[in-house]
Amino acid sequence: MNGHRQLLTDKPILEISGLTKNFGGIKALDHLDLQVKAGKIAALIGPNGAGKTTFFNCLTGIYKPTSGDLLLTPPGKKTSRLNGLKPNKVTQKGLARTFQNIRLFPNMTVLENVMIGRHCRTKARVLGAVFRDPGTRKEEKEIVRICYEIIEKIGLTDMVNEFAKNLSYGAQRRLEIARALATDPIVLLLDEPAAGMNLQETKELDDLICRIRDEGMSILLIEHDMKLVMSLSDYIFVMDYGKKIAEGTPEQVRNNPNVINAYLGEDIY
Amino acid sequence: MISLKDIRGAFLVSLWFVFLTFPLMVIKVNPIERIITWRWQNMLYIGGATFILYLVSRFFLRQKEARLERKRLEQEKEQKHWTHSILNDPKIYYSLLLVSGAFALIFPFIFSTYQTNIMITALMYVMLGLGLNIVVGVAGLLDLGYVAFYAVGAYSYALLHLHFGIGFWTALPIGALLAATFGIILGFPVLRLRGDYLAIVTLGFGEIIRLILENWNAFSKGPSGISNIPRPGFFGLEMSLGVAISYLYYLMIALVLFTIFVVNRLQNSRIGRAWFALREDEIACQAMGIDKTKTKLTAFALGATWAGMVGVIFAAKTTFVNPASFTFLESAIILCIVVLGGMGSIIGVILGAFILILLPEYLRAFSDFRMLVFGGVLVVMMVFRPQGIISNIRRTYTFEKKPESP
Repeated sequence: MNGHRQLLTDKPILEISGLTKNFGGIKALDHLDLQVKAGKIAALIGPNGAGKTTFFNCLTGIYKPTSGDLLLTPPGKKTSRLNGLKPNKVTQKGLARTFQNIRLFPNMTVLENVMIGRHCRTKARVLGAVFRDPGTRKEEKEIVRICYEIIEKIGLTDMVNEFAKNLSYGAQRRLEIARALATDPIVLLLDEPAAGMNLQETKELDDLICRIRDEGMSILLIEHDMKLVMSLSDYIFVMDYGKKIAEGTPEQVRNNPNVINAYLGEDIY
Repeated sequence: MISLKDIRGAFLVSLWFVFLTFPLMVIKVNPIERIITWRWQNMLYIGGATFILYLVSRFFLRQKEARLERKRLEQEKEQKHWTHSILNDPKIYYSLLLVSGAFALIFPFIFSTYQTNIMITALMYVMLGLGLNIVVGVAGLLDLGYVAFYAVGAYSYALLHLHFGIGFWTALPIGALLAATFGIILGFPVLRLRGDYLAIVTLGFGEIIRLILENWNAFSKGPSGISNIPRPGFFGLEMSLGVAISYLYYLMIALVLFTIFVVNRLQNSRIGRAWFALREDEIACQAMGIDKTKTKLTAFALGATWAGMVGVIFAAKTTFVNPASFTFLESAIILCIVVLGGMGSIIGVILGAFILILLPEYLRAFSDFRMLVFGGVLVVMMVFRPQGIISNIRRTYTFEKKPESP
């Protein structure tokens, strides 16, 4: 184990220890340990069916973990446990995710999609909506302003009033990231952001994720595209059959025999 | 537009129809004289009519396909439906608004009490439609038991007046609140349900309320209902029947305007956006930090509020309530208003209510075929314009970038 955490800044922002999830007799996740450090990109890779998305679903509250700890430590704040919280509470705590198969709101405009992300940071209620008091109006203006900024950053300014369903595939993926960013996350969880993208789009995505990281966001990435993972990540976790089989820098992981076995199969000579 | 293949198809379809309707349309048994009359000419009519109908529908479908093709070629922005272009042109929009407003104001003076009464009914359905629109059109929760809240409103006024002598104006908010409470009571158990399952449970809920009202005699006086409910008062003024109805009419106009105002503001708010998002994708909605429970319950409660209010008005208008007024058919009609008008669109729902309530009134001459026409219109609508008469226009937000501060 890496027991050499000398600096306080090295304390992981998101720490998962002993995470287990059973579906009946099947151990989808088996004592998984994983850390995401502040301002870094951590990646989780593994062959199909390794349990990566199950892991994400446990983390974001869609599934309840059987055992284990999910600890989130926002910078300068106390650690809080995320186990058993509802998805919306998890988002409120500061974990925002995207989906492997895009889950935008197709019949809402790009801007509105992003505005939904602000929902958990605002609080106008029914009466505010009806009477439109100054507080509500100010809040609404603020939402639009912040969302415009995010859309600008993501490069979708030309399409703010376009329906999400009319966007190209790559743009939809980027819009999902924008929507997640609008929730003011502490850790951004990206579930296969490059799935189904062409080379050009993957490159743009690569740049975008780097830019978000450089602004200080911590990112946890699930990805199949090895090239993207190797070039982007600071630290990689590899899992297979629900277990962590390796971790380390891209270089270490690339040469790890366990990883090669899991991905390419074992030598039987 | 119509190819030989279509004509062949039409021929086959009409043959099939003739075959299917043969026993019904051609053979007529006269049991008294014990003879069978063969009405061969009917076969011809059926065949011909089916043939033509099939071709006409083919023709329209082709046209629709061609239009879609053109749409695909054109830019997204240039293909707005004509209804939208009318509504977006302020000149046409405001003049339309002015004309309909003036017409609404002088309506009771130029038409008879009977006409005014029909109009009141139509306005009531406008309110019901707008209320259900929150639940079905905006939040996407298919509610087939909406009439239950309507009944709750009506009976709360009837019973409160019967036992405590409470007047219309006090009963109006109480009925609305009670209905909202029932909305939440229904909302809790159905939180996890979606689509068809939700529809079934709400349908059951609507029937439960009706059956309770019908069978719990001690509470609701059963099927015989409660009568002698006073009409809305105006500071204790004595009014003749005609004046009372005109008064109720203006009251309804005011309430409808109030409803439009509130519903419009709700739709364009943080909560309205959350409702729309809930309709689009529930899981993504939760992942973005929207509390599903709270959002659904507000939708149910607010939708029910309007039904409760209209219920109180219904009791006051007819001065009599009994469970027979709150059958599933009512729910179905209100749902039709929302679907026909355009889910989520306020103007669409208003239009839908007028069409669905006024048409049957003025088509009394064809009363035998009323339900048939009703069904036919709905089928045709669903084929050619499934998004409703006026589909919802999502609001666009403008944002001027402020110059960088020095």
